[in-house]
Amino acid sequence: MQGLVPASVATVAIDFSYLLVAFLFIMGLKAMSSPVTARRGIVVAGVGMLIGTLMSFLYPGMGNFPLMLVAIAVGGGLAWWSGRIVAMTDMPQMIALYNGMGGGAAAAIAAVELLRMASGAEGAAQHGPVVTALAAAGAFIGAVSFSGSLIAFGKLQGLIKRSFRFKGQQFVNLLITAATIGLGAWIVASGHPTMQMVVGFFALALVLGVTMTLPIGGADMPVVISLYNAFTGLAVAFEGFVLENAAMIIAGIVVGSAGTLLTQLMAKAMNRSLANVLFSGFGEGAAVAAEGVTGALKPIEPSDVGVMMAFAQKVIVIPGYGMAVAQAQHKVWELCQLLIDKGVMVRFAIHPVAGRMPGHMNVLLAEAGVPYDLISDLDEINAEFETADVALVIGANDVVNPVARTDKSSPIYGMPILNADKAKNVLVIKRGQGAGFSGIENHLFYLDNTRMVYGDAQKVAAELIQAVKAAG
Amino acid sequence: MEGVIALYIVMLAAFTGYEVIARVPVILHTPLMSGSNFVHGIVLVGAMVALGRANTPLEQVIGFIGVVLGAGNAVGGYVVTERMLQMFKSSGQKKKESA
Repeated sequence: MQGLVPASVATVAIDFSYLLVAFLFIMGLKAMSSPVTARRGIVVAGVGMLIGTLMSFLYPGMGNFPLMLVAIAVGGGLAWWSGRIVAMTDMPQMIALYNGMGGGAAAAIAAVELLRMASGAEGAAQHGPVVTALAAAGAFIGAVSFSGSLIAFGKLQGLIKRSFRFKGQQFVNLLITAATIGLGAWIVASGHPTMQMVVGFFALALVLGVTMTLPIGGADMPVVISLYNAFTGLAVAFEGFVLENAAMIIAGIVVGSAGTLLTQLMAKAMNRSLANVLFSGFGEGAAVAAEGVTGALKPIEPSDVGVMMAFAQKVIVIPGYGMAVAQAQHKVWELCQLLIDKGVMVRFAIHPVAGRMPGHMNVLLAEAGVPYDLISDLDEINAEFETADVALVIGANDVVNPVARTDKSSPIYGMPILNADKAKNVLVIKRGQGAGFSGIENHLFYLDNTRMVYGDAQKVAAELIQAVKAAG
Repeated sequence: MEGVIALYIVMLAAFTGYEVIARVPVILHTPLMSGSNFVHGIVLVGAMVALGRANTPLEQVIGFIGVVLGAGNAVGGYVVTERMLQMFKSSGQKKKESA
């Protein structure tokens, strides 16, 4: 098969274009680390991707171009369409889905390479043991990331409602892992794998991704998605070695290490170790009885809340995923604008795990039009609660539970929380009287300075807007 | 690629990834995860090479799936990241827009 241009020219051009691609990716990621330049960052990285893709058509000795173009149109078209229409609240599972596709692509590359070795046909690939091992390792990680991410997507999308757990599950997972690695080692050692070996290897790796992810609860899913993101990065890098493709190696390793760090940051913010997330299966938690709760839940009318807020000097809003579910962020921002116009100082306090993954709530608030300089994270805002007249908790629960500071027996003990209880008045907008995601009773709700407003967050916010207007 | 040179590349890239992320504020974690998800969409070029070299129908089918998935990763990752990041605005920018 002939390439599009002479091989020597193409190779040099591709090498230099990949250097540029790596540069643009790193610059793009760096720009993404500040809200001021973040938008530019993704565009820079996007230009890199475009250059890399276009130049790769020049690879010497390639064929199947019509198939390739159809595949790019199909995959790219579907992803473009789904990416445009997905709601901001569903972003975590969409990221999981796209990530899984990347893992699947890495596994597919390895499959083609291993099958070419297996075919033994003329011009069949001849790889040494090191390259074969890298191909197999990338295939293993990529396949796990693929099927695991699909399960994560299914869970967050509500397609898979149960967490499947049984006794000895971890032992079974360990067994599958060992079998997969064993088969992978056999492929490498044989140097000339059979079709059956390759198929069995991939089947086992795909099954492992499923059995690993199924028992993990919804609350822990962001950490898992982040982990699979790092996995896919590594798988891409390994296949980059196999294909001697510098852009894949650099981009894959950069994402692998960045993703690992991001995973650790998330796990830390949730007060969970990574091992805990993967092997313990909390997250879907059993209900814990309310222990040592004194006082009662004290309801309050929206009109009284309106007066309280209209004459406050400083209001700190603590939004939780409940607010996003009720699609109340626009109304809440409208309410806050009203307060700002009245001279009230309004801040938003975001817990690292507010929403469904760290930073998700910021995206949802940004969508509603809240400027990012009014939004503070836990470390910035916690000292300010003591000077706040009102802490308005909307659809948040565990992240403001003071039990995390005091009760050593609580599953959330030690998790950093927002100190809403330090504010002069605490207002909680909540749909009903149930416990939070973790099923732990919230002591904040029973404090003397806490008042509860029950109802749909969007409806309550609308009522509060009227009440603040009426309060003059 | 020479083995040791490849290891150098891995080491430097790993440090780069770590350093780039280390300074990211929490508010950007979700877009950044999405952005790094987009970056490993470069797997598309590998899938293109795999499909380009595929000989048997089976290899072609798997290569085809690989390119579909890789293109999905790259395009989807870009679209959602861009959508999220374009919403991040400061108070100053907002005033300018409404003025």
